[in-house]
Amino acid sequence: MKKYVIKRVVTALFTLLAITLILFILMQLMPGSPFNDEKLNDTQRASLYAKYGLDQPIVVQFFRYVINMFKGDLGVSYKISKNTPITQLIASRLPISIGVGFAAVMIGALVGLCLGLLAAFKKDTVWDTLATIISVIGVSVPSYVFALALSYQFGFKLKWFPMLFSAKDVIGSSVLPSISLSMFTMASIARFTRAEMIEVLGSDYMLLAESKGLSGNKLIFAHALRNALIPIITVLAPLVVDLMTGSLVVEKIFSIPGVGSLLVNAIQSNDYNVVIALSFIYSAMYIGIMLVVDILYGVIDPRIRVAKEGD
Amino acid sequence: MSEEKKTREKILDVKNLDITFETTAGKVHAIRGVNIDLYQGETVAIVGESGSGKSVTMRAAMGILAKNAVVNSGEIIYRYRDNVGGIDYNPENDASAQWKEADILKMDKKWIRKHINGRRIAMVFQDPMTSLDPTMTIGKQIMEGMIWHYKIDKKDAYDRAVNLLKEVGIEDAEKRMKQYPHQLSGGMRQRVVIAIALSCNPDLLICDEPTTALDVNIQAKILELIKKVQKERDIAVIYITHDLGVVAKVADYVNVMYAGKIVEVGNINEIFYEPKHPYTWGLLSAMPDLGTDDDRLYTIPGSPPNLLHEKEGDAFAPRNAYALEIDDKLEPPMFQISETHWAATWLLDPRAPKVEMPKELKARIERMKKEAQANDSKL
Repeated sequence: MKKYVIKRVVTALFTLLAITLILFILMQLMPGSPFNDEKLNDTQRASLYAKYGLDQPIVVQFFRYVINMFKGDLGVSYKISKNTPITQLIASRLPISIGVGFAAVMIGALVGLCLGLLAAFKKDTVWDTLATIISVIGVSVPSYVFALALSYQFGFKLKWFPMLFSAKDVIGSSVLPSISLSMFTMASIARFTRAEMIEVLGSDYMLLAESKGLSGNKLIFAHALRNALIPIITVLAPLVVDLMTGSLVVEKIFSIPGVGSLLVNAIQSNDYNVVIALSFIYSAMYIGIMLVVDILYGVIDPRIRVAKEGD
Repeated sequence: MSEEKKTREKILDVKNLDITFETTAGKVHAIRGVNIDLYQGETVAIVGESGSGKSVTMRAAMGILAKNAVVNSGEIIYRYRDNVGGIDYNPENDASAQWKEADILKMDKKWIRKHINGRRIAMVFQDPMTSLDPTMTIGKQIMEGMIWHYKIDKKDAYDRAVNLLKEVGIEDAEKRMKQYPHQLSGGMRQRVVIAIALSCNPDLLICDEPTTALDVNIQAKILELIKKVQKERDIAVIYITHDLGVVAKVADYVNVMYAGKIVEVGNINEIFYEPKHPYTWGLLSAMPDLGTDDDRLYTIPGSPPNLLHEKEGDAFAPRNAYALEIDDKLEPPMFQISETHWAATWLLDPRAPKVEMPKELKARIERMKKEAQANDSKL
């Protein structure tokens, strides 16, 4: 197991390095530059390039960037807020996005799980149909539609929650955005849980467990849940990253100062370092969560755990 | 167990069981008046093609029918002696133990779970590859039932589970306790399933095609194992199977089932040596046999009827070369041939033309008899 984890971490680091390289190349291929201001003349522009080291060959730039990155320095912003270190820029925004996203994941996963289990246990009844309708709506309606609807109903008309994000009332003003973001997760998890649970309930080992005379609750908690929930982790993981990295539209609607809007601004203004830094952080989170999922799998699924021990 | 033969105690009596399944396509009349008797310590086989209702009947007896099953009529009387004295209690040694009976079809699920499932009737399933929980250790799966039914402590349950594994012929029992099903071979897993079935000292073991999913040399070992534990523990066994080879090895009595009905019942010799129903003839003829001159394997023409659409008369008539005119109009009753032998075919009516079983089958039965005698004299 230890060997396996080390192997996976090393692979993850190399993947990240490769991603950074690709990001660098892509940024160079992008038309325009951060210094497109018409007021600048050629010499001024050249001196700006020289100041930030952008006149160097791309290989040199890359290695310099990577070395700085290991020192915890992600460069400075060229345009959005001039010369502010990016770490500082992100530090104020990322926690907000992660907070709202995490709340959305928790709501989505919990409600989705309950909905899916209800649908599976009450298969072919009104409850099942109801759960299916809810999850179809959740999957097919985009989050900003929910955002607008919620913000109008509960923010504008009923005034239960603030319509806009405010640093003074982080929890209260996160409720509506979290719920709108959670709908897709909730729907996906509900559908997946239902399908998995129905399969497990129809399996031979459930029949054998039933023939032992175990009670309904014991059957479900001892045998059904574990087997049905293991695959759900795989579905949940990418959704977690998706939500925690912030959603542009929902952030705009509730005017949340998160990273979603920062990234879009950065791309529009060719702010190289910000784009690379944010993309890198997204990738790192994604790879990190996948790594955690794989290790978690090993812990909860004996079939994988034992295979890894044999490694 | 004492050597002298006690009076035969009937422990299971299925009377006129009639079950339909509500499906989206309509009602499927899967069980159409089934009667089965079972006595303590004896072995009954239920033989029939897939879909003839063998498993459904047994699931009804365990109260684990699918949700869409509707029991229209019938009784499943289960007779038992209360084992109030815990896991090691043996009513044989207790003069005060009284026989009680219960109609399983009238009992609620809670009662069946508490008193029947696992504790008095246990089941061995067809496919050991899928019938064990893949994410739970073998040990836990064996201990689960004992702890649940008898509230014994974990240590005690562990020791008992280890002994059970040894009893079913698994070496390194302690090591196996900690393992998961995927670490065991098919034959081993079936042994574990048997250990689970035995864990609560049941009176009756229902084996639903216990060897179908196993390869041939393991099959024989599993059958021997079931026979051994049956003898040692004096429990009754019901085999559900389509393999007459298995039946010949294990059964005392045989019920031949076709389209949700028992069409012939008798003791093992009566079914194998003097079969009366054309369907039983067909089944026996369809057994692979090295001694025959014909090198083609006999098959019963046609396929089992779709029970979604009921037809008048005998369900087997369309596939029956010996069908009489009345077979299309009226279902044959059970005709008695001997004290234990009954068959549902109009051929046994005194007014019916005299029809003998096919010549090839007769020759084959003669060969089987000789073989059996040779085996007996060898012993």
